[in-house]
Amino acid sequence: MDRIIFGDNQFFGVNHMSEEKARAQSMRFQNNSAILEVLECAYSFGIRTFMCTTHERMADICDHFRARRADFPDYTFYPCMPYAHKYANAVTEHGMVGALRSFLPEEGTLSALLKSGKAVVQADMESLAQILIDAEMKMFRGLSTPVIFLQNVVTDLLLGLGMNEAFRIFANHVKERYDAEPGFITMNAPRLLDALASVGIENPIVCANINKVGFRMCGGLAAYEAALRGRRFRAIAMSVFASGAIPAREALDYVCGLDQVEAIVFGASSKGNIKETRDLITELSIRS
Amino acid sequence: MRVALAGLGKMGLSHLAILRAHPDVEVVAICDGLSYLTSTLQRYTGIKGYGDLDTLLEQERLDALVIATPSKLHGSMAEKALQRGLHVFCEKPFVLDIAQGRRLVEMAEAGGLVTQVGYHYRFVSALTECKKIVEAGHLGRIHHIRAEAYGPVVLRPKGSTWRSKQSEGGGVVYDYACHALDLVHFIVGPIQRVSGVARNRIFSRDVDDEVYCTLHLANGVTGQLAANWSDESHRKMSTKISVWGENGHFRADRQEIALYLRDGVDDQHRAGWTMLNTTQLTPEVWYYLRGEEYSAQIDEFVRRVQGRLGTRACDFNAALETDRVVAAMHEEPANAVTSPRRARPSLWSRLSGASKNSQ
Repeated sequence: MDRIIFGDNQFFGVNHMSEEKARAQSMRFQNNSAILEVLECAYSFGIRTFMCTTHERMADICDHFRARRADFPDYTFYPCMPYAHKYANAVTEHGMVGALRSFLPEEGTLSALLKSGKAVVQADMESLAQILIDAEMKMFRGLSTPVIFLQNVVTDLLLGLGMNEAFRIFANHVKERYDAEPGFITMNAPRLLDALASVGIENPIVCANINKVGFRMCGGLAAYEAALRGRRFRAIAMSVFASGAIPAREALDYVCGLDQVEAIVFGASSKGNIKETRDLITELSIRS
Repeated sequence: MRVALAGLGKMGLSHLAILRAHPDVEVVAICDGLSYLTSTLQRYTGIKGYGDLDTLLEQERLDALVIATPSKLHGSMAEKALQRGLHVFCEKPFVLDIAQGRRLVEMAEAGGLVTQVGYHYRFVSALTECKKIVEAGHLGRIHHIRAEAYGPVVLRPKGSTWRSKQSEGGGVVYDYACHALDLVHFIVGPIQRVSGVARNRIFSRDVDDEVYCTLHLANGVTGQLAANWSDESHRKMSTKISVWGENGHFRADRQEIALYLRDGVDDQHRAGWTMLNTTQLTPEVWYYLRGEEYSAQIDEFVRRVQGRLGTRACDFNAALETDRVVAAMHEEPANAVTSPRRARPSLWSRLSGASKNSQ
């Protein structure tokens, strides 16, 4: 895993600090060429891993890197699935069963089973999950995807429900079908580590908010620091600037000082910010 | 605290996860008409599943019921729960029938039961802060409030769920405007009257997709409401509140408050512009799913059942105020005015316009 990973929130109008800023970003990145320009800029600074949501627009980005493999031979995607709004909107429009049906292939027994309204047995749950994962992964065909993440909205929903078995289903499928490491994005890292351990997922890759002010670190900063010291997992820190609440150097000084944090994911839109962040992480990582 | 949950749609699953993660709550049963949902959850989580609420209520010993079914079922389910002496958390909107709502308020009061409706925006820290600013009098006398809600729910002439039927609680008024109206009530006060209602259908056949109206509050305070659930320029629902008072103005959304004061009040509220944002304002919750506010509202419900004070919750009585406003908005006919300045419309548009307006 690279030390520095590039994130995608800025491309899709996700900004936890300001709706105005989010809107400005979604205007700037309404054409995929603007996204590609930033990704290539990050690549020129040695940032070659892109952690991205399986947003439908990502298919074009994938096409670009597939077509220009010679220029970006080591470019790596970390897909994060699913793009939850797609499913949430479908549920609003079609209801639970209708939504599920709309994401399943037309033919096939699962679709028929759902139409008939019969109970889904355990085996079907597992194959249903596999079909949904495969659908999300289609756009990455032929590209390097060594880590595949479950988005926090799904991870944390399953975690709250206590459906820990689903984590195992996800992990197994990702390993077997894509020869990839499963990753889990969460806002509840200490609790998630227990859940993953309970279904035998060892030394998991967990991507969580890790920042000096404890922003969206459920369980509290102390619990996160204790987990980083005492639990075996591969941590990726996100939201290290707490959406801009912490100055860059101070924020990265804290995160780079945490030995168990293996990688840092950040999103930026300008050449200056990308370079500054990369330089700071490099400088502070060497020092610590 | 022993809780059961009825309705396993989006909000139901979200509430279930939050309730299951709450240290003081034991979710003992769930109920939904779709047996594959209850049986799957029962299989993977061990929570007992029921196909109907009556059997559930008969067989389980409970303290509270959480209702997250389609809106038309809220009233009857809440009534059954209150009859059995249960505290009730119900998704918004509260009820579609005002008389039934009034009866439920009385039942809850008579029984000393805690009630709450899922107006979660009250628990968004930036919006809670808005209430504090108004209550503290920082803006001076308030004279106007604007509440807006935009988002991408209905973007095509399609849809086959209860949300596309007004009689079942569908439409932008129930889905979006309710939230904005509740925030007006929460931040400034109850709405006494509405006027100038404009309700338009953009894609839907049977419900409104956008609604605008003037709000009249006590003491001459006025307001404006704008809600549109067919606005694709927003990634998800976006709610904004703007308030004008004699000493200044603020504009707030879930992320931040831009506050302008003519005269400074204290160190946090100085003269001129102050930006307050969610990272400074939001206290940590014990479990996070989609937003702190969803956990915070459930936590406040639990605390209120435990006899502790709640400061933000919208109880049945307060939620009924919003239902009354909604009823008043629906009483005004959907927009049927054609501009006299326009060229004479074609026969077809006159016919189709006439059929639309006659509904």
